[in-house]
Amino acid sequence: MAKIPVQFRLNGTDRAAFVDAPETLLNTLRRSLGDFAPKYGCGQGACGVCTVLIDGEPHLSCLTLSIACEGRQVETASGMASGPELHPLQAQFMEHFAAQCGFCTPGMLTAARSLLDKNPNPTRDEVIEAISGNICRCTGYEPIVAAILAAAGSPGLRRA
Amino acid sequence: MLDVRSCATLSEAAGILSGDRQAVLIGGGTLVMRDVNEGRLTEGTLLHVTDPAFRRIEAGGGRIELGAGVTMGMILANRELAFLHPAARAIGGPAVRNMASVGGNLFAPAPYGDFTVALLALDAQVVVQAGFGSGRATPLEEFLAARERSGSALVTSVQLSRPANPGDFHFRKISRVKPKGISVLSIAAHLPLTGGRVAQARLAYGAMAPTPIRARGVERALEGKSLDAGAIQAAKQAALEGCRPATDAIASEWYRREVLPVHLGRLLAGNSR
Ligand SMILES: Cc1cc2nc3c(=O)[nH]c(=O)nc-3n(C[C@H](O)[C@H](O)[C@H](O)COP(=O)(O)OP(=O)(O)OC[C@H]3O[C@@H](n4cnc5c(N)ncnc54)[C@H](O)[C@@H]3O)c2cc1C
Ligand code: FES
Ligand code: FES
Repeated sequence: MAKIPVQFRLNGTDRAAFVDAPETLLNTLRRSLGDFAPKYGCGQGACGVCTVLIDGEPHLSCLTLSIACEGRQVETASGMASGPELHPLQAQFMEHFAAQCGFCTPGMLTAARSLLDKNPNPTRDEVIEAISGNICRCTGYEPIVAAILAAAGSPGLRRA
Repeated sequence: MLDVRSCATLSEAAGILSGDRQAVLIGGGTLVMRDVNEGRLTEGTLLHVTDPAFRRIEAGGGRIELGAGVTMGMILANRELAFLHPAARAIGGPAVRNMASVGGNLFAPAPYGDFTVALLALDAQVVVQAGFGSGRATPLEEFLAARERSGSALVTSVQLSRPANPGDFHFRKISRVKPKGISVLSIAAHLPLTGGRVAQARLAYGAMAPTPIRARGVERALEGKSLDAGAIQAAKQAALEGCRPATDAIASEWYRREVLPVHLGRLLAGNSR
């Protein structure tokens, strides 16, 4: 099958790939662009580990056609740190032991980032709502919610 | 082999859909792409519409038109559509809502289709375009009855009237997992009052039949009544008319039949849960 060229901005850098027609963004990110932060969990939209931001809004990359991302902004957990400096969410996830196996973490960080970008001081219910599409099999969610609430209050948030 | 075609206009997409039995329109893809990932959809052409009209919202006046490609996220971002927010918010988590389209929801099998339940209680019309030419508006209820056969036609938009009093419109999704579990059932009701009495009641259910359905028995029971205990009791008694719920992973048929009248009663009594 002929490959189709697609270009989009990934974590602030212009990237291009040749994709199969029905290829998902998740496969393009992992197989062609070397971004392994978004994971393949269910392929069904149910677990949220593949969550990325497209034009600033959370989307499931396992259900998104790569060619539909032409010219758009795609952001993953890989782009959250600036150099060696962690994003406040990443720092608070470590601080609060909000990851065990870590499989859900990139999707959780992305979903949480989208919330804090729009609403820097969310309530606990708003945090729960924001990560309601993301399943964690390990932590019981409490440390994750605590980490996100802590990051919300952190002075580094605005800068990030 | 599975191919993808981008369509710059709605009529291009409608033309391909009518002429090619193996063409599948992709709205947000939340259901179509599952089939691709699972290997259930391996042949044919996915049609991806880039026409801006597909995602247009006209909500300024009394007549509202939502392009079929409008997502739940776009509805939630629109203040003029506040009365539809509870129904849009009922669908999946935030990422699903940024993808799930109004058009796709019309085709979502039970127990999905929660947004369509709201549209049904608002007497919405579905604009269907088969082949080139302009679209035809069909009452949503008729569209749903023929849904399995409307496979090859493009839905371009849905049209509805803004409720004169948004407070007369109620939507409730009953699920076991909060905040984003799949529906045990959903209920939408539009209960305009004239002189304290219900006039032109519209009620609809999701997950109580293979497609969202109107609750005609309840509509009859409430017509011309004030919403007092007697009317609510009569509505509960008529609640199950026409229902054919399924047993699935979320709930059994028995359970759905048991809890529907309870939740209907609470909705009509104005209880918050
Ligand atoms: C994790 C998860 C949770 C979900 N939770 C809910 C929920 O709580 N409630 C609920 O109602 N749904 C839910 N859904 C189902 C689904 O996301 C929604 O019903 C959604 O509105 C479907 O829209 P879509 O655009 O993504 O559909 P798609 O997958 O793009 O399309 C679905 C079907 O409709 C056809 N179609 C789409 N648009 C058109 C059109 N304009 N004209 C003709 N045919 C068209 C497609 O060809 C396909 O057959 C959930 C899905 C997931 C993955
Ligand atoms: S892998 Fe995309 S939601 Fe599970
Ligand atoms: S830390 Fe293991 S799934 Fe969340």
